[in-house]
Amino acid sequence: MKLRITTLAAALAVAVLTAPAEAKTFRYAFQGDLNALDPYTLNETFTLGAMGNVMEGLTKRDKDLKIIPGLAERWEIVEPTRWRFYLRKGVKFHGGEPFTADDVIFSAERALSPESNIKSRIAAGTKVVKVDDHTVEFITTGPNPILHYEWDTWYIFSKAWSEANGATKVQTSSSQLSPFTLKANGTGPFIIESHQPGVKTVFKPNPNWWGKPEHNLTEVIFQTIKSDATRVAALLSGEIDMMDPVPVQDIARVKANASTDVLTGPELRTIFLNMDSLRDELLYSDVKGKNPFKDARVRKAFYQAIDMEAIHSRVMRGNSANSAILISPLLFSRSAEFKRHPYDPDAAKKLLTEAGYPNGFAVEMDCPNDRYVNDEAICQAVVAMLARIGIKAKLNAMPKAKYFEKAGATQKYDSSFNLLGWTPGSFDSHNVLLNLVGCRDGKGSGAFNYGGYCNPKVDEIAGKVLTENDPTKRDELIAQAYRIVHDEAGLIPLHQQTLAWGVSKKVKIVQRADNQILFYWAQKE
Amino acid sequence: MSAEDQGLPMAETSRAATAAPRGILTRIFDSDLWYSFRSSRLVMAAATVTLLMVGAALLAPVIAPHDPYDLRALNLMDSDLPPVWVQGGDPRFLLGTDDQGRDILSTILYGTRSSIAISVLAVLLAIGIGVSLGLVAGYFGGIVDTIIMRIADVKLTFPAILVALLINGIAQTLFKGRLGGAEFWILVLSIGLSFWVQYARTVRGMTLVEKNKEYVQAARLIGLSRAAIMFKHVLPNVLSPVLVIGTINLALAVITEATLSFLGVGLPPTEPSLGTMIQIGNKYLFSGSWWMVAFPGLTLAILVLAVNLLGDWLRDALNPKLR
Repeated sequence: MKLRITTLAAALAVAVLTAPAEAKTFRYAFQGDLNALDPYTLNETFTLGAMGNVMEGLTKRDKDLKIIPGLAERWEIVEPTRWRFYLRKGVKFHGGEPFTADDVIFSAERALSPESNIKSRIAAGTKVVKVDDHTVEFITTGPNPILHYEWDTWYIFSKAWSEANGATKVQTSSSQLSPFTLKANGTGPFIIESHQPGVKTVFKPNPNWWGKPEHNLTEVIFQTIKSDATRVAALLSGEIDMMDPVPVQDIARVKANASTDVLTGPELRTIFLNMDSLRDELLYSDVKGKNPFKDARVRKAFYQAIDMEAIHSRVMRGNSANSAILISPLLFSRSAEFKRHPYDPDAAKKLLTEAGYPNGFAVEMDCPNDRYVNDEAICQAVVAMLARIGIKAKLNAMPKAKYFEKAGATQKYDSSFNLLGWTPGSFDSHNVLLNLVGCRDGKGSGAFNYGGYCNPKVDEIAGKVLTENDPTKRDELIAQAYRIVHDEAGLIPLHQQTLAWGVSKKVKIVQRADNQILFYWAQKE
Repeated sequence: MSAEDQGLPMAETSRAATAAPRGILTRIFDSDLWYSFRSSRLVMAAATVTLLMVGAALLAPVIAPHDPYDLRALNLMDSDLPPVWVQGGDPRFLLGTDDQGRDILSTILYGTRSSIAISVLAVLLAIGIGVSLGLVAGYFGGIVDTIIMRIADVKLTFPAILVALLINGIAQTLFKGRLGGAEFWILVLSIGLSFWVQYARTVRGMTLVEKNKEYVQAARLIGLSRAAIMFKHVLPNVLSPVLVIGTINLALAVITEATLSFLGVGLPPTEPSLGTMIQIGNKYLFSGSWWMVAFPGLTLAILVLAVNLLGDWLRDALNPKLR
């Protein structure tokens, strides 16, 4: 007996002594998966955010989204079409490879390769020239004052590592993974220790990071928890320290709990609907030989059939701001000039009749069910509202990995009607005009235009927006473009959702309005 | 989904008990089965509950106060209403509404209908496949038997739900792009194909015994075809255990359907079955909207329990060793 007690005491002592003095493990969960670790595969905020802890761009954005130096120490505009970036010296990738100009050139080529999902980061025709090992020049085809606006999420790959690991080509699909996409090699403050796609990812701090860490974590564990109730339960029980999003119906419950809180704030993402107005015949419809969405009256009928007030109050429970344009009012000063086409089912029916569909038609709607706040519930509500004007919409709700492939470029926009959310990476309207409403050209314009809406006039204005330096004139051009899209209901903007992160009170974390989860600023008690 | 399909297992039960020209009712009331049925209150209660639920489900379009599948009738402003006896309830919705404003009671009626229809059809499919393969394997023996039974063994190593998920995944891809309706048949197919092994094994075992009996040899002697011998003469003699497994499997099929729908691969959210309803309600567990998950969950539990009790009773009643 005595012996046993001694043994027990010894074991206890060993356990206490060997436990790290301050093991600070930060555990967080998201509703969707982290699949491929190749950030050029899926241009999606969550994936980019997770990888932003591991990899870095030439620039970064601070807690208030201001552009700050990243892998580039500083930069200057030598002449309007020639930008020179001075790279940080002595930076090493996690694998030990030194960071040089060759890596930047390699990453630029990789980002512009046909399989890349982030082609729009670097304007077509831009030349990247190595001046010396730590100086790079970007020569653009025309003046481009927002050249580097999205470079905080254009992460730099190591050329040597990519060549050694077969990562020179971008992984095309985020769900079918090649071996290199299970590994990551960046310069960032965290290293990915292990990665099980769709299950769990473990991050460890990078001891050799060039910056000064602002976190006190020793380990970070990410998990996918798809079910809303399970995610809430995990937070309430203290199993995880942070999760996104808190289902709107559970915000009060999480706030009321003594050890947890909800961080809320306006989000920059806009949720909207795309209608395939490009194909001559809809893929998924009972209308054959023509495409009803080519008719602006049909698109407007859809627009006016959707009761956004009901979605705001019932589905979102007040946690959203209805929107008439495709960008958050925080990012465009003249947003208030735009008013949604009013909800009016009778007018919508009339428009459908005028367009030659008095009895409506059938169409399939694709919708993610683990990406945006209540995405599937919004789609269901939309389908029910459309039913009232005679549109028989059939809802296909699916996980985001499948959804982005089907409705996006991977499967050649294989969708007739779908829901998407978008935060312009540059926090500027040009990004919206280029990605969401620009005519698809396969080179970057219209890459996320899931409906294929195309109006050359809008493209022409977008071109002017890019080179216009006067803010007032620039805003006027942007407003013109939005006006055209609004008037012909090219897309149907729905709302900006509210950010709602559930956090343990033991954790302090910075919530940026772009909804990237960056834990290199997190502190845990 | 027709009335005949729904009623089939019941009809078969009675056929097994009768099968002779003498007054059917007399035969039923005179049978041991009826006696055994009458002597257990539990079984009678289970039968009553099952009948009531199947009846209510069948008559859903008539008795349901709303049509939850008619999207035009839904009003989002009616969403998330509690049952009528709770503060804030609306007399139009006895058991409250879900997140889209669907009446829970009506949705349960319609959902039960879908669940039962899918399960019955799936079990029939499984019986069809399993019995045929079992007969063939048992009657022919040799290499045919080995191949079929090894496939069955492999199939047995996977849980039914995994196989159902696999078949579902393949079928979803195949049916991709068809407007409407496919989900129902995909479910029938995936559940049916994942349940056949039990029948095949049972029937094979019994066929091995039966095929050496005199009546089979006699049939062979007068030159009947193999198919005729198997299906006309051997089959009726191996059917009673199939009936028992079928009844018990019915409850399992209901659960599997609910599980598949709960996992999001079942019926679409616009036409919820019991499983889909539980999945939707599950999201609202923490927000206090308990009625969204409680009522469909309760319905599922009662239905499965009742059918299971019936199945258990049938197994005991048809087992001569227990009498």
